Amino acid sequence: MSETDYRHIFKNGVWTQNTGFVALLGLCPLLAMSNSVVNGLGLGLATMLVLLMSNVAISLIRNLVRPEVRIPVFVMVIACVVTAVELAMHAFLPALYTVLGIFIPLIVTNCCVIGRAEAFAFKHGVAKSAVDGIATGLGFTLALVLLGALREAVGQGTLLGQADLLFGTTLGPHLTVHLVDDYRGFLLAILPPGAFIGLGCLIALKNVFDARAKRRAAARPAVTTLVEEAGRA
Amino acid sequence: MRFRTITSPHILQDTSVGQVMRRVLYAMLPGIAALLWFFGWGVLLNLLLATVVALAVEALLLLARGKPLALYLGDYSAVVTAWLLAVALPPLAPWWLTVIGVLAAIVLAKHLYGGLGYNPFNPAMIGYVVLLISFPREMSSWLVPHGLGQPAALDLLDSARAIFGGVLPAGIAPDALTGATPLDVLRTRLGLGQSVSEVRNSPVFGLVAGHGWEWVALGFLGGGLWLVYTRAADWRIPVGMIGGLVLIATVFYLADPQHYAPPWFHLWSGAAIFGAFFIATDPVTASTTPRGRLLYGAGIGVLVYVIRTFGGYPDGVAFAVLLMNIAAPTIDLYTQPRVFGARRG
Repeated sequence: MSETDYRHIFKNGVWTQNTGFVALLGLCPLLAMSNSVVNGLGLGLATMLVLLMSNVAISLIRNLVRPEVRIPVFVMVIACVVTAVELAMHAFLPALYTVLGIFIPLIVTNCCVIGRAEAFAFKHGVAKSAVDGIATGLGFTLALVLLGALREAVGQGTLLGQADLLFGTTLGPHLTVHLVDDYRGFLLAILPPGAFIGLGCLIALKNVFDARAKRRAAARPAVTTLVEEAGRA
Repeated sequence: MRFRTITSPHILQDTSVGQVMRRVLYAMLPGIAALLWFFGWGVLLNLLLATVVALAVEALLLLARGKPLALYLGDYSAVVTAWLLAVALPPLAPWWLTVIGVLAAIVLAKHLYGGLGYNPFNPAMIGYVVLLISFPREMSSWLVPHGLGQPAALDLLDSARAIFGGVLPAGIAPDALTGATPLDVLRTRLGLGQSVSEVRNSPVFGLVAGHGWEWVALGFLGGGLWLVYTRAADWRIPVGMIGGLVLIATVFYLADPQHYAPPWFHLWSGAAIFGAFFIATDPVTASTTPRGRLLYGAGIGVLVYVIRTFGGYPDGVAFAVLLMNIAAPTIDLYTQPRVFGARRG
């Protein structure tokens, strides 16, 4: 499996180099907007769209831009893309747009967007950059939704509350799940400290998974490694 | 003939962690007695519940972390945390409130940071603040102290039913038992535009500060002075905190006595005395240098006044202590004492 294999790019973006749990980039929107599943999903999808478009655009112009001025060019491209996404959300999802508020224009400052532009899109072809944008965006969305689910479940005892913001008024209300009847609410989880505590728990959980996977890989019979080595040779 | 030779130190003192922690527990007894007298059996039940839960959680976490159980359970630090938290809870607080508070204190504030000695924040105050911001309604339903015309004191069984089952005996409404604390009353009435002297006419006030509360503060003052006398607590922290609180309260009181409560009221209200001797003096989270401890205490005193007077909560000891906990390492850095023999300046 080479470094720029599509499967490798995808796995890197979603899991191995997850922006939320491993690289810890874009923490400000991650911590601020993960107070419910719907908010997290909305911001995650918007960020994914921005990542996809900015990666593709930067990959397209990577041979025209001199490396000395690449950072200002990245910033301008990303700013244009974010403005387009912001206007689109304002037009088609006005309720969610109001809830997410300042965090939509702030995607422009999300370091994972410019990070992928610099680290990946500027050095790779359009198709690979597009996959990288989607994968990184999916990873960020995963982090936002997991943390949002954790905080919403503990804080309010629901999942997908206010789903009408994202899924419309006909489908939305049926999606909300009430985990516990007559739940008092645990405000701390909704408030900022809950974001930090929750993110810490999720990172710890991911590390446990990875450590277990590593141990299992190490304990695997030597036959597979021989096969892999043969393949590499 | 050979004489037995002994090296120094020649005066031995048993100052283990367990010894200091046990002294803190003894020193709390007078204040707890006053709380029991004025607020009923719920205080005792809270203490018992918190102690049991704290010891159980501490034991579980020690097992999980592979630490020796007997050594760490025997240092009484979990019991001290449980007691400090329990006396800060409303006496008829539902059982789950105490359990969540103790969990936050022991798991979040103590063991996630590495256990006793490594925690940057006072565990009991973390537990208290978690509860205060998560469950404002439950945390603000303090009972009316004994002697202010509440129906009849609940006996032990009724208190247990109220705490564990959430049911009060027939004919007693929750509103009849609970009431605003003196600091609540001061805050609300001042907000309504009344003057301090008008507010003082309210029946919740006693000789100096709140009826009942002033005796609780006196109990904790007695225990606290004994702690300082036995050197279990450094005198500089309570002196710094009381000094800071009284100083800023006096300045505001002299400037406008109709809008700012007198310094003696602030000193004897809420958790000021309790915080000065029992919370701020936690040797792990406080400043460690002599000058630093005075500064650390004074910072807490000033912050308590600022939060009470201009902040969103009626009392601010917990927040003030946590804020100064963050500042303690920096204070230590700038207040290193001069090494003997080293040049000045």
